[in-house]
Amino acid sequence: MKHDFSELRLDRVTRRFAGAGGNAFNALNELSLTVRRGEFIALLGPSGCGKSTALNCIAGLLPLSSGTIGLDDTRIDTLPPERRGFGMVFQNYALFPHMSVAKNIGFGLRMRGMPQADVAPRVAKALRLVQLTGQEHKLPGQLSGGQQQRVAIARAIVIEPPLILMDEPLSNLDAKLRLETRSEILRIHRELGRATIYVTHDQDEALSLADRIVVMKDGVVQQIGTPEEVYAQPANIHVARFMGYRNVVDLPIAGERDGHVTLEAPDMKLVGVRKLPLDGKRAAVAMRPEEIAIATEPAASNVIAARVDHVEYGGRDSLVEVVTAGGKRLHLRSSTKVAAGANVYVHVPPERVLVYPSEGGGI
Amino acid sequence: MAAATLRSAGFDRAVLLVVPAAAFMLLLFVYPFIYGLVLSFEPKTGGALANYHKFFTTSNLWPTIGTTLKLAVPATIINVFIAVPIAYRMRVRSRWQRIATALLVVPITLGTVLIAEGMLTYFGPRGWLAQFLQVTHLYDGSIRLTHNYWGVLISLVVSGFPFTFLLILSYITGIDPVLARAAATLGADPKAQFRHIYLPLLAPGLAMCFCLAFVQAFSVFPSAVLLGAPAGPTRVISIAAYEAAFEQYDYSLASAIAMIMGFVQLLIVAFVLSLRGWFYKGPVTGGKG
Amino acid sequence: MDQIIIPRERLVAIPAVRTRKGNAWALRAWRALLAGVITLFLVNVGLMIAAVATNSFASRWLGTWLPQGWTPSWYVDAWKEFQLASILWVTVEVVLAVVLLALLIGVPAAYALARRDFPGKRAVLLLFLLPLMVPPITYGIPLATVLYQTGLGGTLAGVILANLIPAAPFVILVMTPFIEQIDPNLESAARVFGANTWRMFVHVLVPLLAPGILAASLLVLVRTIALFELTFLTAGPDSQTLVVALYYAVFAAGVRAPQSVDAMAMIYMAVTLVWLLIALRFVNPTQLVSRVKEHPQTA
Repeated sequence: MKHDFSELRLDRVTRRFAGAGGNAFNALNELSLTVRRGEFIALLGPSGCGKSTALNCIAGLLPLSSGTIGLDDTRIDTLPPERRGFGMVFQNYALFPHMSVAKNIGFGLRMRGMPQADVAPRVAKALRLVQLTGQEHKLPGQLSGGQQQRVAIARAIVIEPPLILMDEPLSNLDAKLRLETRSEILRIHRELGRATIYVTHDQDEALSLADRIVVMKDGVVQQIGTPEEVYAQPANIHVARFMGYRNVVDLPIAGERDGHVTLEAPDMKLVGVRKLPLDGKRAAVAMRPEEIAIATEPAASNVIAARVDHVEYGGRDSLVEVVTAGGKRLHLRSSTKVAAGANVYVHVPPERVLVYPSEGGGI
Repeated sequence: MAAATLRSAGFDRAVLLVVPAAAFMLLLFVYPFIYGLVLSFEPKTGGALANYHKFFTTSNLWPTIGTTLKLAVPATIINVFIAVPIAYRMRVRSRWQRIATALLVVPITLGTVLIAEGMLTYFGPRGWLAQFLQVTHLYDGSIRLTHNYWGVLISLVVSGFPFTFLLILSYITGIDPVLARAAATLGADPKAQFRHIYLPLLAPGLAMCFCLAFVQAFSVFPSAVLLGAPAGPTRVISIAAYEAAFEQYDYSLASAIAMIMGFVQLLIVAFVLSLRGWFYKGPVTGGKG
Repeated sequence: MDQIIIPRERLVAIPAVRTRKGNAWALRAWRALLAGVITLFLVNVGLMIAAVATNSFASRWLGTWLPQGWTPSWYVDAWKEFQLASILWVTVEVVLAVVLLALLIGVPAAYALARRDFPGKRAVLLLFLLPLMVPPITYGIPLATVLYQTGLGGTLAGVILANLIPAAPFVILVMTPFIEQIDPNLESAARVFGANTWRMFVHVLVPLLAPGILAASLLVLVRTIALFELTFLTAGPDSQTLVVALYYAVFAAGVRAPQSVDAMAMIYMAVTLVWLLIALRFVNPTQLVSRVKEHPQTA
């Protein structure tokens, strides 16, 4: 396999599973994606959205039901995993328990027939890169979780693959270690410059690591974009929910002009930006807690009267939950001190009220 | 044993629950064993070691060790080493695995006596196999697969293979399949995956399985009588012990033979287990990966 | 972060992934070979059983594909000749007694081993493991000696006691992981609500352990029916189990008609098979050999 490539192309990749009771369902439905050399792509979504399936298909561990995968001019979806030459980091590390750290890392090189004398300096270099020099002779069972993770990363990168695949590598680490290792991964990526496809359900990881994010749900791609795009302009209500738009309210549509939609209910009147074509008489409105503020001065529009239900102290700011007269709940972040039971007005700027088609039913 | 002081009522008394079983074991297992051991040193005639001396000098006694080994070792090797590739092939949970496993369980409980009778009928000089070979001219001449060494060997394989297969299958399925997948992404084809991942991880279990299968084969008894030629070529050590006990009524000699039998088994088991220790250290300290 | 500077020239280039064609055919041939071995084994074993079955229904069968005639009379003959009624009854008595006693002393012992640590625990574990690792003949002969000396040899009680020796440790081996699986907090909860050990056992543990107890009982049952050596060494003429009686029948086959022996063998197989199939419904086949180090039944 080439050590360098221009692009990896997934074309309508589909993977069907036979479900319980003989019903087939698409774990992955027509995923199309082009990965450029050196790019860091995050596959983001809740459990069962197909992101791990996609990764396993790219690695060759799962066959495709339809579609193709191509590396520049070569079609690779017909190749078994041992011939694709991609490096992979597994969620549970999958370190070979009977081999030392050095032997684990050198495994891929030895499989290519490299003599031990040539393997050793490369293993040493990989160990330095993940800052585990001195652990060569330990067994995986003697290492901590974070160290095992770094060995898994070293093992994947030492073969200098054109593409590195990572399957939720941080999910088994505790919070502090997760942040540290995340920075490590970013540092290693910058240093090696290899294309990486990274699967996660954690939006913070995706936002901080990726050049582009692929948000998925139920096997279908919801949005492909830069972190800024996905964060600020989610393409649909599912992406919005996943990216932290915790306030989703179903409201009747009062009118629309120039892409700005007015929605009106007895307890709130909002003006927002339409993100998708609307149908029917209602729409779903998504707002970030960080973008709702307790109104300290009168504002023209988008002011909602509510009563504070409870406050979760968070240090710099607090998570405040308010209830409107109509019983709708809103979550907002505020550094203003409020007490439970107080009546307040909250305000959200119209450009940050995102309007999507209604999902049907209530909130 | 259970003389632990009771610290608080209702708490440590639970330990006493182990007493009945332990007492039973001591009474009916350890005691007879020691009794037998002592008895073996109290022969009817002669000094303390007379029984053992007699064993190793009587021409129809000491060769039984070799005869039994000649049956037990090949049978175990066949069972274990044929079971490995088959169990490996069936490590993926599938309908075939379940069907084959269920089918293979059946011979385990048929018991050697039934297998012996079946073999006498089927493999006998006028049984179906002989007729089949004659009709298809695959082999002219009579087949002699019963009342000889081969009969006993075949019956040991038939009764021992399902056991070793199931045991190895449970070891193999205990190995996380993601390890093989990781090896694949690093360039290992299926043969390399088996050689570098499964085999080293299987080795300790294989050694244990070999020991258990060997112990089972070494104590062969009914097959050797029914299917073999107990007077000569398949005179195994358990036959010698049985004869001493129930035909010559020399319990002392019988105990001695039983002790020798146990001792030989222990030697072989210890040898195989020591090999296991050596093997397992191999992949860790270097050498070819 | 300091840059890691290794001059590229010092590192040997990584070889390309080896491509090997023609592997597919080798793999397919290998798999066909394996399938062939399994089939050969199963077919031959099946035919062996079929041969016995056919013979048991044959009136005369001498060197031809199928018998000259069919008759079920051998079964009737075998029943009378080998006194199968009383033999079956003895077998039932022995097996039931062994299962009950093994559970009675084994389950509490398994509980103590699973829940408590005590000095000498490892010695006790070894004590329970040994009978499963040492073949029955080796300890059976001294055991028979002792039994005959104490007057228990040749009696039903002696046979039951002898078969109990591998049965109780087996129960312990099967039940211990079961008990370990049960959350100890359940027991603490029961105590907090006022149950003493006995009531906790009866109302909390035993119901939860029911599947394990069932599994252990079925396994002991199947194994005891098939266990030859111990009964053979310790039984008298009226305390033989089915498997021992079958042995004697085959042994004396020259004197008796082989067809009646085969009829008896079929009856034996029917008995074991019924219990085996029942056991397989509730128990994973690998538990017949057990995940733990364990000595297989040898009959």
